[in-house]
Amino acid sequence: MSLKVQNNKAWFLVLPVLVLVMFSAVIPLMTVVNYAFNDTFGNNQFFWNGLGWFEEMVQSERLHAALGRQVLFTGIILLVEVPLGIFVALNMPKKGFWASLCLVLMSLPLLIPFNVVGTIWQIFCRVDIGLLGRAAAALGIDYNYTSDAFDAWVTLIIMDVWHWTSLVALLCYAGLQSIPQAYYHAARIDQSTRWNTFRYIELPKISGVLLIAILLRFIDSFMIYTEPFVVTGGGPGNATTFLSIDLVKMAIGQFDLGPAAAFSLMYFLVILLVSWVFYTVMVTRDAEQDR
Amino acid sequence: MSLELQGVSRTVNGQVTIRPTDLRFEQGTINVLLGPTASGKTSLMRLMAGLDRPTTGRILASDTDVTGQPVQKRNVAMVYQEFINYPGKTVYENIASPLRLGSKSRADIDSAVRSTAETLGLTPFLQRRPLELSGGQQQRCALARALVKEAGLILLDEPLANLDYKLREELRVEIPKIFAKSGSIFIYATTEPEEALLLGGQTVTLHEGAVSQFGQTSAVYRHPLNIHSAEVFSDPPMNFIAGNKVGGVLALGDGQAVALGNHSVSLPDGEYSVGFRAHAVSVDPWAADSVRFDCTLTGVEVTGSETFLYVRQQNHQWVGRLQGIRRPAIGERLEVWINIKNMYLFNAAGQLAAAGSDLV
Amino acid sequence: MAQITLSNLAHTYTPEGGQQSDFALKEMNHIWHDGGAYALLGPSGCGKTTLLNIISGLIKPSHGRVFFGENDVTDIPAEKRNIAQVFQFPVVYDTMTVRENLAFPLKNRGGSKVEVQARVAQVAKMIGLDGILDIKARGLGADIKQKISLGRGMVRESVNAILFDEPLTVIDPHMKWELRTQLKSLHREFGHTMIYVTHDQTEALTFAENVVMLYEGEVVQIGSPEALFESPQHTFVGHFIGSPGMNLMAAKVQGNHALVGGHAIPLQGSYGNLSGYTQIGIRPEYIEFCGAEGLPCRIDRVEDIGHRRIVRTEAAGVAIDVVMPAGAPIDPTMTYLHFPAEKISVYKDHWRIEHGWA
Repeated sequence: MSLKVQNNKAWFLVLPVLVLVMFSAVIPLMTVVNYAFNDTFGNNQFFWNGLGWFEEMVQSERLHAALGRQVLFTGIILLVEVPLGIFVALNMPKKGFWASLCLVLMSLPLLIPFNVVGTIWQIFCRVDIGLLGRAAAALGIDYNYTSDAFDAWVTLIIMDVWHWTSLVALLCYAGLQSIPQAYYHAARIDQSTRWNTFRYIELPKISGVLLIAILLRFIDSFMIYTEPFVVTGGGPGNATTFLSIDLVKMAIGQFDLGPAAAFSLMYFLVILLVSWVFYTVMVTRDAEQDR
Repeated sequence: MSLELQGVSRTVNGQVTIRPTDLRFEQGTINVLLGPTASGKTSLMRLMAGLDRPTTGRILASDTDVTGQPVQKRNVAMVYQEFINYPGKTVYENIASPLRLGSKSRADIDSAVRSTAETLGLTPFLQRRPLELSGGQQQRCALARALVKEAGLILLDEPLANLDYKLREELRVEIPKIFAKSGSIFIYATTEPEEALLLGGQTVTLHEGAVSQFGQTSAVYRHPLNIHSAEVFSDPPMNFIAGNKVGGVLALGDGQAVALGNHSVSLPDGEYSVGFRAHAVSVDPWAADSVRFDCTLTGVEVTGSETFLYVRQQNHQWVGRLQGIRRPAIGERLEVWINIKNMYLFNAAGQLAAAGSDLV
Repeated sequence: MAQITLSNLAHTYTPEGGQQSDFALKEMNHIWHDGGAYALLGPSGCGKTTLLNIISGLIKPSHGRVFFGENDVTDIPAEKRNIAQVFQFPVVYDTMTVRENLAFPLKNRGGSKVEVQARVAQVAKMIGLDGILDIKARGLGADIKQKISLGRGMVRESVNAILFDEPLTVIDPHMKWELRTQLKSLHREFGHTMIYVTHDQTEALTFAENVVMLYEGEVVQIGSPEALFESPQHTFVGHFIGSPGMNLMAAKVQGNHALVGGHAIPLQGSYGNLSGYTQIGIRPEYIEFCGAEGLPCRIDRVEDIGHRRIVRTEAAGVAIDVVMPAGAPIDPTMTYLHFPAEKISVYKDHWRIEHGWA
């Protein structure tokens, strides 16, 4: 009797997924790898280019600028959404009708497709017909996201906060719900301040889900494409051209397939690396708690 | 069916949770796993059930090797400390659920469910849902689900731990009767000596992942083979005093000497750890077999029918369990009498060297 | 420290509940002495935790007042009442060390660093935590965590009362004895008022001088362990206290004897002719076997629990338990049960009746 595998039947059930993933992910990825190391002039003729494209991309100022914008954007997003999400979760009703209502309302933004979110905000903020744009103009605020880089950034950040803070809040809320009442009672009896209760009871207990929330928000915001593409199209100028928008411009706009492919591989590796770091932190944290 | 563990051990992440263990349980027996938290009770049960795979050794069911077999293929039922039932199903459907997986006819299932419900006193609640029942009834429902399956092996992991004291007492009396009617092997984990004694059958005492003793429950209780087995089977905890044997004389503590009988004169001379249970303590001079100690009383607890005395003898803290009510003043000097027949001599390795009546 | 007075106290969770059955706690008036050790004992759902939470201030009672000493604290929240509480599952601040845990309540009250450290060291020594003060609380065992929560309560010098909510639930039997004796010696030494909630009679009886027996939201008896054992005021007390509990049997009480299944059992005094539902009760510890006189019985089973034997018998169609000392012989001549008259309690509609002398 085999000591390795308990029930081989399970593998047959996984097979269809494996085949699908082969077609949808692995084969396209290999194509990208192919483009990254070769040069082509069409007709399926390829010339070996080694690490040439990679060198070019690593030294490209255009890419550095896009990466800078991307890091800044993701940084701001995390700095706003994580504390805000925790704050919202702490102040949500714990049970009853209002709790259910809050949960439903908060999940709504998460259910809207990305391009629809983009379109909503694109129209909402337009100075000529948008509710927000017109209102700002009426109040005498000089606001125009199509021409002012700062305004474009503010618009994108507010949009992302509106779209995704719920995710952080809902995850934290679930974490908070699992804290036994006795902890709060004990804290009251110890005359703990609200901040200390958060710092020593709530934060340690939600740190697990919080890490997952941060990871998800990092990946998503680092790869953001649809919403800024719909709202600003990367403009004005290149002000909101984030990594993925730049990548698409390079690949589809200019047909620089080689550099774009090399670029996407590096992009992919960065995300993989960060995710791995998060994963390691979470696993060692769990092991410490099980001890 | 019979269940046999041959040299079974388990190591998780380099830490040994179960040391090599050999055990054999026969059909229709009640077996208690007695040990404190984290002594390996649950780990051992998971190995028996097939939820975990042993690192070394084999597990035999009815003398066929089932070591690699997953739990679904084994004929096993389990009851946990938490009351685990399907909350959305009625008690009837809960009990019937293990049978629905097989090829039994509706009528067979119905009669099996009803008769099991009857033995566990659940008949009036068959149409209710588990969460509408009291804790005791919920655990009865979980027990019924395990019993109705007629599994060869039924594992119970501290099933009464979450119940009120009085309900626990009630079920402790009922459970052995219910078990006796079934032909399964019962493995019952508990931390409480009294529960083991009430269940009877056989007992496995566990200490840090190793079996310290396996035998008839009353035999393990009366004749613990080592210090671990004796300690885990004593509630209140076992009392100890240092003993020094020279020739035919055993000196206890500050010089109370006992003349040893023929059986134990031949023991090697030297230091022993002498243990006795709380009910061996008396404040009335007993028969000729008792030894006197001068102690200081540090605490008294009266339960109405019994008195617990806490006394200090040199650097030892003892607990005595006396029938009736006594209220000596705390801090007072107290003469305490211990019957030699209730003493156990353990050698330096913690093994039983001589017990009770062998001493005089 | 202070005496605790419960004045016309009652509580219902349903806001407009006028029905008696809606009350989780029925009206009660009690005075609990300063420095006393009290146990609130009863099965789950009897209201003992509600009562504890009212005293600690986590619940505001719907009726009546609570006083600590002379002060009406009914409207004062938990954090202002200066009480300490130990919960069923150990509550410690995981990310803090043992020392920081103990210091936390003092720091929150603005104690100076030197004072706090001195007091923490003192309390740690009292409860035997002084060796592990700088270890993180997270990885410690349940018994040590319970000691930490106790320590966090004791660290404040002027606590009015220390409340325990089934604190030994998750503790191994061996550790229970140690923790309980430690609690008792702390009580003797420092004289805090202690209130201990439990469903476990052994814990309640051994811990407390005064046991408050609750049943369906009502205090059915307050008394010493002896009083609860010897003269239970309600059949429920008889059943709940003792292991096994009191034997209760329906009986017809006429003057100075009771009729059980046609057999006359002599009583100590005269009760007249009692109407209503009458029962007699006797503790298994007091029943004697004999060869001829008394209630004929059949021995069903003998259970040996080490320090004593429980004999399960049937007599007059009722199951009757008898407790005998360890090693007592059981023989076939034991065919009758004798109930010593002075040990029999008589109940009318579940409440105990005292006899007259006629």
